[in-house]
Amino acid sequence: MKSLAELAAIREKMKDKIVLREGGESSVRIVVGMATCGIAAGARPVLSAFVEGVEKEGLAGKAIVSQTGCIGICQYEPVVEVMEPGKEKITYVKMTPEKVEKVLKEHIKGGKVVQEYTIAAAKNV
Amino acid sequence: MKELSLNVLDIAENSVKAGATLVCIHLIDDGNVLMMTVTDDGCGMKEEILRGVIDPFYTTRTTRSVGLGIPLLKLAAEQTGGEVTITSRHVSEYPESHGTEISARFYTKHIDCAPMGDIISTITTLIQGHAEIDFEFLHRSKDFDVHLDTREMRQVLGAEIPLNDPEILTWIAQYLKNLYEKN
Repeated sequence: MKSLAELAAIREKMKDKIVLREGGESSVRIVVGMATCGIAAGARPVLSAFVEGVEKEGLAGKAIVSQTGCIGICQYEPVVEVMEPGKEKITYVKMTPEKVEKVLKEHIKGGKVVQEYTIAAAKNV
Repeated sequence: MKELSLNVLDIAENSVKAGATLVCIHLIDDGNVLMMTVTDDGCGMKEEILRGVIDPFYTTRTTRSVGLGIPLLKLAAEQTGGEVTITSRHVSEYPESHGTEISARFYTKHIDCAPMGDIISTITTLIQGHAEIDFEFLHRSKDFDVHLDTREMRQVLGAEIPLNDPEILTWIAQYLKNLYEKN
């Protein structure tokens, strides 16, 4: 049975890790739209996939995942914006947990934008 | 919304936007009626806004700042024969006791009652996005009695560890799963 007491053990374990994280600079921001439109379109599993995937791919020091409200393009939800200093903002549309995996591997890790998932590609269809 | 847990997420996000420091999410299921209550200590709503929220066609464009979340909750509840009630105290009139309480009644045996869905993800999503706010979550039925209070978590964790650290979020998901499966 899990109990709150386990958190004390996690706290001890994490003390070193926190120092490490504060030292490393998160340069990439992954922002998931979590307003009514996003939630109804499936943003919750997309957000979970990013949170879990960033950890799994060892990107915790490089990217942070955050949430925002309605971005204004509800018909394209779930919408995800990737912001990197010095680079143009990339907007991914109609995201799914499967697409998240590719974005993390190719874009966040590999530095290559997944063009086919961007809003520019969606508008050209 | 395909799952009631998505309505919970959406309504709780309103509480966050209202500047709440504590959001309480209570789900009490007696096997026939599910009562969903989201209570916050946010800025609250003035009466004219509140009227517009309950009926999206009643008033002018000011309702747009509130959006479709409550009408969707209302739809989800009313299609089971239930209803939504909202009480709110705006900070201008109640500087000491402002906030909003939204309750929805669902008749769970009705064929149009949406499933609860992944409520654990709803809770972890809320904490992931709003680690500075406290959430109290209670989900009770004849099969389980699930409770999580981030204030209690903070007491053990101390102030320096953010609740949205991936390791903590994983722990929360496991902890809740465990409570659901206990009986």
